[in-house]
Amino acid sequence: MPTPQPNPAQTPPRPTLVLVGHGMVGQRFLEAAVERGLAASHRIVVLCEEPRPAYDRVQLTSYFSGRTPDELSLTDRDFLDAHGIELYVDEPAESFDREARTVTARSGRVFPYDTLVLATGSYPFVPPVPGKDATGCFVYRTIEDLLAIEEYAKKHATTGAVVGGGLLGLEAAGALRGLGLATHVVEFAPRLMPVQVDEGGGAALLRTITGMGLTVHTGTGTQEIVTGEDGSVSGMKLSDGSELATDLVVFSAGVRPRDQLAREHGLAVGERGGITVDAQCRTSDPDVYAIGECAQAVDGRVYGLVAPGYEMAQTAAAAIAADREASFTGADLSTKLKLLGVDVASFGDAHGTAEGCLNVVYSDSRSGTYKKLVMGAGGELLGGVLVGDADAYGLLRPLTGTVPPVPAEQLVLPAGAGAPVALGPESLPGSAVICSCHNVTKDAIQACATLPEVKKCTKAGTGCGSCVKVIGQLLPHSGGKGLCGCFAQTRQELYEIVRALRVTSFRALLDGHGREAARGGEGCEVCKPTVGSIIASLAPTIGAEGYVLDGEQAALQDTNDHFLANLQRNGSYSVVPRIPGGEITPEKLIVIGEVARDFGLYTKITGGQRIDLFGARVDQLPRIWQRLVEAGFESGHAYGKALRTVKSCVGQTWCRYGVQDSVRMAIDLELRYRGLRAPHKLKSAVSGCARECAEAQSKDFGVIATASGWNLYVGGNGGATPRHADLLAQDLDDAGLIRLIDRFLMFYIRTADRLERTAAWLERIDGGLDHVRDVVVHDSLGICAELEALMADHVTHYRDEWAETLDDPDRLARFVSFVNAPGVPDPTVGFVPERDQIKPDLPLLSLSPRPLEGASR
Amino acid sequence: MSTAPTRVQLRLANDWFEVCDRARLTPGRGLAALLPDGSQAALFLDREGRAYAIDNRDPFTGAAVLSRGLLGSQDGRPFVASPLLKQRFDLETGRCLDDDEVTVAVHSVRIA
Repeated sequence: MPTPQPNPAQTPPRPTLVLVGHGMVGQRFLEAAVERGLAASHRIVVLCEEPRPAYDRVQLTSYFSGRTPDELSLTDRDFLDAHGIELYVDEPAESFDREARTVTARSGRVFPYDTLVLATGSYPFVPPVPGKDATGCFVYRTIEDLLAIEEYAKKHATTGAVVGGGLLGLEAAGALRGLGLATHVVEFAPRLMPVQVDEGGGAALLRTITGMGLTVHTGTGTQEIVTGEDGSVSGMKLSDGSELATDLVVFSAGVRPRDQLAREHGLAVGERGGITVDAQCRTSDPDVYAIGECAQAVDGRVYGLVAPGYEMAQTAAAAIAADREASFTGADLSTKLKLLGVDVASFGDAHGTAEGCLNVVYSDSRSGTYKKLVMGAGGELLGGVLVGDADAYGLLRPLTGTVPPVPAEQLVLPAGAGAPVALGPESLPGSAVICSCHNVTKDAIQACATLPEVKKCTKAGTGCGSCVKVIGQLLPHSGGKGLCGCFAQTRQELYEIVRALRVTSFRALLDGHGREAARGGEGCEVCKPTVGSIIASLAPTIGAEGYVLDGEQAALQDTNDHFLANLQRNGSYSVVPRIPGGEITPEKLIVIGEVARDFGLYTKITGGQRIDLFGARVDQLPRIWQRLVEAGFESGHAYGKALRTVKSCVGQTWCRYGVQDSVRMAIDLELRYRGLRAPHKLKSAVSGCARECAEAQSKDFGVIATASGWNLYVGGNGGATPRHADLLAQDLDDAGLIRLIDRFLMFYIRTADRLERTAAWLERIDGGLDHVRDVVVHDSLGICAELEALMADHVTHYRDEWAETLDDPDRLARFVSFVNAPGVPDPTVGFVPERDQIKPDLPLLSLSPRPLEGASR
Repeated sequence: MSTAPTRVQLRLANDWFEVCDRARLTPGRGLAALLPDGSQAALFLDREGRAYAIDNRDPFTGAAVLSRGLLGSQDGRPFVASPLLKQRFDLETGRCLDDDEVTVAVHSVRIA
C-alpha cells in the first residue's frame, strides 16, 4: 500500500520521480536514488506490473529447493516506508503523455512526473511455431509463471520439454526437473549455452546434464507444437523429423526488451529493439531515462544480465542527482552461474575472437570439468570458460587484461596437480574489480575490516555471491575471530589444518599454527578439548589413535571425557549406558536396577529415553562398567560432545497410526553414529508418523515417517533457545536418508564453531539452510563423496570406549581417587537420603579442612 | 652413581612428602594426592616436565576436583581450569585468574 503523502503547505512542491517497473534493476535504482538523496528531494512513485514487489528473478529456480516467494523478495517494506516511496503493485503503466508529463496506470490513476525512469525489463521470446499458444505451453520469467507451471505439471504432466538450451533454458529445465518431470531440452545451436561457452565447455556441460537424467537435443529446431483432442499439448515436431511426446512445453529461447511503451510514445529505439539511451541512460527525451534489459546502451548492446542493469540503475540515479561523472558505456558479459548444480562461468573474450590469441585448456571428462583460458600474444589473460569447477572465477576475472603472475597452465590445473599455485588475491591490483555485480574494487573492499562491513558499505558480495570467498581472503584477520588466546584460527580452520596436514598431536598444532605467544606453551581449557574433538572426529582418516584416553589425547579431554562419565557438583560422577532408540529388554532393565542397587546409585529416567545412574565415585566407575559391559551395554557418551541418543516413538509395529518402523530406524541411526565426536552434543529422534510423538523437530537431526519414506529435519533445538528444525529433504528411502544424514553431520562437524549446536550453526553459516542443502543434497562443493567416506571411516572404526578401557590395566590405573592411596575413597564425596534414594551431602563439602572462599553454590 | 630423579615430593611443614612416581603423571593433566592431615593436593606436570601442586579443593564449589581440571598457560604462566565452573587458578601463586578475591594454597614440589 502506498504511504499517504503528508501534504503541508510546502512551497515549492517537490518534483516527482516516477519509476515504471519494479524488478531487480528497478529496486537497485531505488536504493541508488536513496543513496543519492533523491528520496528526500523528490516524491518517488513506483508502478509495478507484477502482483508482488521486486524479487530475485535470478534465483527463481531455488523455489524448488524450498525457497518461498517471500524469501525471494528483494524489497523491504521498512525501506520503502522510511523513504516515503509510494509503491503500487499490480499496477502497470499503460501510457504516458510527454507533453503534459503524466503517466496513466492500468487502474486509470494518473501520476504527474518531472522525471520518468523506465525499467520495464524484457519478455520471453516465443518462436512463431504453430501451436505455441496451446494449453500446456508456458514461459518462465516470473513467480506467477513458475506457479502456473507447477500447478499444470502436478495435474497434467509427467514429461516436460524446454525450448532453448541457453542460460534461461537450463534454468527452466532445472525447474521442470524440480517438479519431478522427465525433462527434455531442445536447443537449435550445436551446443548448450552457445553464448557463454565454447564447444569444449558445452560438451562438458552436456555430459554432466545428461548424467542427471535430462535428455538434451542439440542442433535441433522446434517446428510445431502438437496438441491432443482436448487442445492441450501432447508433443513437439522437431527439425530432424522426429516427434517428441511431452505434456508441457516451456519456451525459453531468449528475451526481448520491453520497449513497446517507449515506441508508442515516440522515443527512439534500436533497430533490434531496446530504448536508445546515452551514457547517462537518458532516452531521446531528456526527462525520460531507461535502464536494464529494456534499454539499448550507448555501445549499441542490450544487456540481459543483472550486473550491467545494476550499473545502469546507479548511473541513472547519479545523473538525476546531477552527478555528471557517472556513465555507463558498456559492460563485459562475464558471468558465473550454477545451473542444475553445475558451475558455469565465462569472462572476457571467452570465444577467443582477438587476433593472435591462443588457448590453454584443461579438460577432465570424468569429472565434467572443462577450463579454457584465452591468452593474448603478449601473455595477457583475455578471457576464459569454466565448466564444472568455477572456483577460480573470482580471481581470474579481475586478472583479465593483465599478464598473470604465474604460468597460465597453473591457473587451470586442479588443486594438488602439478606445482602448487602461489596465486592469491593479494596478487591483484587495487583497482581490480572483485564484485562485478556492484562494481567494487579491491581497494574499496580493503577499506573495510569485516565481511558484514563490506556488504553494508559497498554491497560487494550481496549480488551473485561468487566473490565472497575472495573478499574473505582480502580482509585482515580480526583479533577477535580466533578460537582462544592460543589460536587465531576458528575451529573450522583448525579442522581443515588437521585434516589437510594430518596433524595428529595437539603440540604440533599449537607449536606450528598457534599464536606466536602461545607456541611452546600448554594451550588452554578451550583449545585443548576442541582440538581433541577434531582429532577424534578425524582419527581414522588422519591416522590418529581413535581411543580418546590414549597418549597425548588423554591430556586434552575435559574431565568428563577423561573419566568417561559426567562430573556432578560434589565431585561424583553419573553413568549413562546406551539404550539405542529407547528400546530395552526386561533382562537389561533388571541389570541396570541391580547395578544401581548394589552401588547405591540414584536413578533417574532422562529426557532421551535412557537411565542415568548418579553418585558414583571415580574409583567405582570401572566396577560399575564391568557389570554393564558384561550385560551387553555400551557407553552412552553422555559425557562427550558426541551423539547422545536417538529417541523414537513405538511406530508402525504397535501404533495404529504409525506408517513406518520408527524404532528400527532410530536404533539403526543410533548405532551408526554412536561415538561420533562433534563440535557439540548431537541429539536425534525418529517419529513413526506425522503426529510426531518423538519430537523429532526439536532435534539436531530428526526423522519423521511418511507413507512413502522419511522426511529429514535438521537444526532443531530445545533448551534455552528453542528452534524448530527445518525440512532438509522429503520422502527419502532408508539408504537415501542415511546418506544424507552422513553428509549433513560431517559437514556440520567440519564447519561449525566450538560448542555451536546445529541450530546456531544453521543460523550463522553463510547462505543458511539453502547453502547447507546445496552442499549436502546437490553436492555444490563436490565434497559429498569425501563426507561419506569420513563417516564410513567412523562407522568402521567405532569401538566401545568402556569395553576398551576395562581391557587395559594401564587405562584403568587412572580411576583412583588418590594416586598415593588407591584404595581410599574420596572422603569429601558423601550422600544423604532423600525420597528413598541418595543426594549429595553438600554440607560435607563446606566442612572441608579449609573454609569456603568466594561464592559457593 | 646416580639415577634420573623419578619421585614426586611435596613440601609439608619441614619434610618432603613422597607422593608417587613421576611416570604416573601425564603432561597436561593432574592427579589428586591424599595428605597426612586428611587434606588433598592436586599435582600437575607441564610439557617441559615441571611439576606443580595446589590444594585440590575448588573454592567455588567445595568439591575436591581441581586435579581433574585441564592445564593451560597464559603469557607463559601455567594455570588449571576447574572442571566444574571453569575458573582458572595460577599454578605458581594459587591466585584465581577470574576472581581477585580468591586464592588456593600452593605447595612446593620437587622431583627427586
